[in-house]
Amino acid sequence: MLGAMRLALLAILGCNLALATAQAAEPDPARQRELTRLVRQDCGSCHGMALTGGLGLPLTAEALHDKPIEGLEATVHGGRPGTAMPPWKSILNDSEIQWIVQKLMTGFPRE
Amino acid sequence: MRTLLSLLLIFLAGCAQTPALRGTGDLGIVIERASSRIAIVDTTAHTILARVDGLGDLSHASAVFSRDGRYAYVFGRDGGLTKVDLLLARIDKRVMQAGNSIGGAISQDGRLVVAQNYQPGGIKVFDATTLELLSEVPTGSKVVGLADLPGQRFGYALFDAGEIWITDLSDPRQPRTQKFPAGRQPYDGLATPDGRHYLAGLFGEDGISLIDTWHLEQGSRRILDHYGRGEEKLPVFKMPHLRGWAVAGSRAYLPAIGRHEVLVVDTTTWREVGRIAVKGQPVFVMARPDGRQVWVNFAFPDNGWVQVIDTLSDQIEQTLQPGKAILHMEFTPRGEEVWLSARDDNAVSVYDTASFARKARLAAESPSGIFFTSRAHRTGF
Repeated sequence: MLGAMRLALLAILGCNLALATAQAAEPDPARQRELTRLVRQDCGSCHGMALTGGLGLPLTAEALHDKPIEGLEATVHGGRPGTAMPPWKSILNDSEIQWIVQKLMTGFPRE
Repeated sequence: MRTLLSLLLIFLAGCAQTPALRGTGDLGIVIERASSRIAIVDTTAHTILARVDGLGDLSHASAVFSRDGRYAYVFGRDGGLTKVDLLLARIDKRVMQAGNSIGGAISQDGRLVVAQNYQPGGIKVFDATTLELLSEVPTGSKVVGLADLPGQRFGYALFDAGEIWITDLSDPRQPRTQKFPAGRQPYDGLATPDGRHYLAGLFGEDGISLIDTWHLEQGSRRILDHYGRGEEKLPVFKMPHLRGWAVAGSRAYLPAIGRHEVLVVDTTTWREVGRIAVKGQPVFVMARPDGRQVWVNFAFPDNGWVQVIDTLSDQIEQTLQPGKAILHMEFTPRGEEVWLSARDDNAVSVYDTASFARKARLAAESPSGIFFTSRAHRTGF
C-alpha cells in the first residue's frame, strides 16, 4: 500500500517536472507579480498603464493579435534601434520575456 | 416635531458644508495614478485635505493652475481634461478632448488652457473658464514639451516630425504658427524662467535644439552637439522630463540621455561648462526656487535614489533613498521643503531642503506627479 502511494507521488512529481521543462521554467507567482507591475508601471511610462499606447505603440491583445510572437519577444529582448524602445535583456531573462509576451497577447493581467 | 427635527438637521448639514474661508497659495495636488484620483494637499499643514475621484486614466498626468490659484487643470493620458475646484474639492468641468494626451499649459493671461496630444497629434485650445474648444493646430505628429511663452504664445515639439512649432494665440480662434527644424525625435521641451528661450531635448541624436523667442527670425540652433561623444548610450528605460525649470542662476542643468550624467550649460553662451556624474539616468533635474540646489531623480532601475547638486560647487551634496520608485519632486513656493512621491511605497514624503530631514510622510495610492499652486505664477509651468 505504501509502495503504491510512493509510486503515485513519483508519477505526479514526474508529470510536474515534464510540464515545467516544456514551459521553460515559467516565472514563479511572486516574480509574476513583479513582472506584472513592471509592465504596467515601467513599460506603461511609454505604452500607457492601460497599455493603450503613448509615446510607444498600444500593447493591447487587440493591437498585437496579428504580430508574430518571435518578433515581439525579439523586440523586448533587443529593443528597436532608431526608436525609443530599449532592450530589456539586462532586466528580463528569456522565460520572463516569453511570459510577458504571452500575457500581452491574451490580455495583460491587472495588478 | 419630526419634520422640525429633519429641517434642523438639513440646516445644520448645510452649515457644515460651507467651507471656511481660506486662500490657495499653499495648496497643491498629488496624482494617484492608478486610482483616477487626485489628493488635494496643504503644504503648510502637511496634510491631505480631500480627494477628488473620476479623473480617468492618470498614468501620465500633469496639471496647471488658474492664476487665481483656485482651479487645477489636470491632463490625463486618455485625453481627459478636468478642471478641479481646489476649495470645494470637486470637479468643476471635464471634457474628453483627445484619444491619447500627454499634458498641457496655461496662457500668460490665464484665459487659455492648451492641451498637447499624441492621438490625434496636435494642440487644442480651450477657454479656461468654460473649457469650450476655441481652436486647434493639427501636427500629424505626437506633440511633446508644450510650454507657455510671453505674448500668448506656446512652444512645443513634434516627436515624429523633428520640429519645434511656436503658436501665437493672441487671437485664440485664429492660431498663427511658425515652424522650425529641431533634430531627430525631440522628447520634451522647456521654457527658461524668463520665457525668452525654448529648448527641446533630442532623443534620436545627442544635442538640444534652442530657440530665442526674442529673435525668432534667427530660427533654431543646436547646442550641446554630440555631448555623448559618439559613445553608445545606455538603454533608456524612461524618457527624461525637461518640464520644470532646471535653470539655476546663469546655468541650466539638463539630463543627459542614456548616460549617468547631468549636463551643465551656461545660459549666456549656451555652451557646456561641465557635467556631473550621478547615480543613474536622470529623469527630473529640478532647481530649488532659489537656484542653490538642483534635485535629480532617476529612471528604472535606479528610481529609489535622489541626489542633490550644490550649484556653487557643482558637486553632489546629498544622496537620499526616500522610497521605492520616486517619480516626481515638487518644491514648496520658496523652496524650504520638497515633496517626493514614492509610487511603490504608496507614500509622499516631505523633506527639509537644508537639513535633508524627513518632515512628514503622507499615504497616497501609487502617487506620481505633485503640483503646487505656485506654478500658476511661473512661466513655463
